[in-house]
Amino acid sequence: MGSPPRPPIAGLPEGLARRRDERMVAGVCAGVARWLGVDPIVVRLAACILALANGAGLLLYLVAWALLPEEAAGAADQAEAPGAGRGTKRGSQLALAVGCITLGALLLVRWITPFFLDQIVWPAAVAATGIGLVLARAGDSDRARWREAATRLPGNPVEAFRGGWMVWARVLVGAGLLIAGIGFFLSSNDALAAVGGVGIAVLATMLGGALLFSPWVARLVRQLGEERRERIRNEERADMAAHLHDSVLQTLALIQRHADTPQQARSLARRQERELRAWLYDGRRSSSSDAPGTLAMALDGVADEVEADHGVAVDVVVVGDCGVNEHVDALVAAVREAVLNAARHSGAGEVSVYAEVVGDGRIEAFVRDRGRGFDPATVNGDRRGITHSIVRRMARHGGWAHVHSAPGEGTEVTFELGLEAESTP
Amino acid sequence: MTPTAPTRVFLVDDHRLFLSGVRTELAGRVDIVGEAVDVESAVEGIRGTVPDVVLLDVHLPGGGGRAVIEAVHRTHRAVVFLALSVSDAAEDVIGVIRAGARGYVTKTIAGDDLAQAVERVRDGDAVFSPRLAGFVLDAFAGDLPPGTSLDPELDQITPREREVLRLLARGYTYKEIARRLEVSIKTIETHVSSVLRKLQLSSRHELTRWATDRRLV
Repeated sequence: MGSPPRPPIAGLPEGLARRRDERMVAGVCAGVARWLGVDPIVVRLAACILALANGAGLLLYLVAWALLPEEAAGAADQAEAPGAGRGTKRGSQLALAVGCITLGALLLVRWITPFFLDQIVWPAAVAATGIGLVLARAGDSDRARWREAATRLPGNPVEAFRGGWMVWARVLVGAGLLIAGIGFFLSSNDALAAVGGVGIAVLATMLGGALLFSPWVARLVRQLGEERRERIRNEERADMAAHLHDSVLQTLALIQRHADTPQQARSLARRQERELRAWLYDGRRSSSSDAPGTLAMALDGVADEVEADHGVAVDVVVVGDCGVNEHVDALVAAVREAVLNAARHSGAGEVSVYAEVVGDGRIEAFVRDRGRGFDPATVNGDRRGITHSIVRRMARHGGWAHVHSAPGEGTEVTFELGLEAESTP
Repeated sequence: MTPTAPTRVFLVDDHRLFLSGVRTELAGRVDIVGEAVDVESAVEGIRGTVPDVVLLDVHLPGGGGRAVIEAVHRTHRAVVFLALSVSDAAEDVIGVIRAGARGYVTKTIAGDDLAQAVERVRDGDAVFSPRLAGFVLDAFAGDLPPGTSLDPELDQITPREREVLRLLARGYTYKEIARRLEVSIKTIETHVSSVLRKLQLSSRHELTRWATDRRLV
């Protein structure tokens, strides 16, 4: 069990596979039973009896576990899905089974050979239970990945027999140390020799193990890291696909249905464009500015709102940027009224908004359209009211606004606000 | 070249739908001599046809619009590029301008305006969208930190150029700017070309720092 199971071997009988749905340990008995066409209990009993015969059954079981492929997922996945409680229950059952088998096997060996003592048997059984738990927790998909990764690695000790002399040498030295260590350990245990000897033996064993397995383990870890990254990439891709489906495809469908009303189609397209831009670049923008709100963001919000409600394109260009206080809020509100005014009355399809934070602590803003324009002296009451409200609002906050317009020439509203107004309320 | 001959235009864009749209819009106004959908075929096609103006998408498979400009300018300095993009990201716009494009417009531009922009770059002038003008104002704003060597020819814009850029950013056309400032259109074109040259050649640290830091969309 310590070494990873090997991949399925060609030439195995068709249909002979470990079963996930009816397994007690790894599904070997259930798989063999189905292949033979008998009840799993029969095979399990046979295995247990064989296990008592010098551990032959256990050995066979382990070999079969390593050799037999696992049956395809699907039905088994569905059986696994409902409730995590069942999974943990089976996990502990599996751990208990592994522990019992190991314990039985070791007791058997102790009975045959005089070297094995109780202090080896019990810890080993506990360790095996632990390994069983870990394996059960890991789940089959993880184990399948380990196995797949393991077989691809040239450092695998099993694969070493195909490798060059360096690999051979490392395996030989490692195996030698391992054997020497175990031998030392056993003999010193037997004779109750000096504690130092035991230490050396343990050290030798660890060294051997490390030499034998470390390059392989390192590569395995690296490979698993790469696979994890790949998985994250796939998740991002799926995220992107979901977003495109939810928003972009829906909007495209809407645009096709509104093909005969160009105004509406254009407004849909603009809104989707803004949404997509925000989605693509939002993370970057929020990471580059610490302030929760800025003039640029506020004006973008105004543009979003007016475009959505009135179907005109609002182009926003902001040079420099600053945080938002009550005066800046007032400016943004005044700009919003001017943009709304242009969208409602000018008849232009496009409104330009330009704002600049000037070096000497002022904000200048311009709202411009190329619509029909008006004569500010003769304009009707409603429109004059809005104009006045813009001018008054700016005056209250220590700034000013000026409306420049003439029939047929479009309209431009100019705003100016001193930022130092914030320090003298 | 005589002004009456139609402008020879080469289109580079990896979206075939967009290519066919531009072809329809420009039909009859310019002579479209070729098309390409990636960097390699674009460089090859442009060297083969030597057009007056290349309409170039900023985002292209195989290195982006930048790579096309750099490769073509190694052998054909005279070919003029006008960048077209859906992206308003500062690093994209500035990147392609500094590589040598004579102007930048967004893909939502109307057919008439596009044809006008093509003629303008063919005649050696620069084409700035309001947003590009905003970017330049941002890039040339403020004083350099003390100790930085400053080339006034390249690293600063004049008050007049600033005025022109601000009007461009406010959505004014060249004609409207000329009328407002009471100068000829030619003067405005000279100012904008001068700004373009500074944008391409200035080593002002803001140009690079700001392109990576601000990331305004």
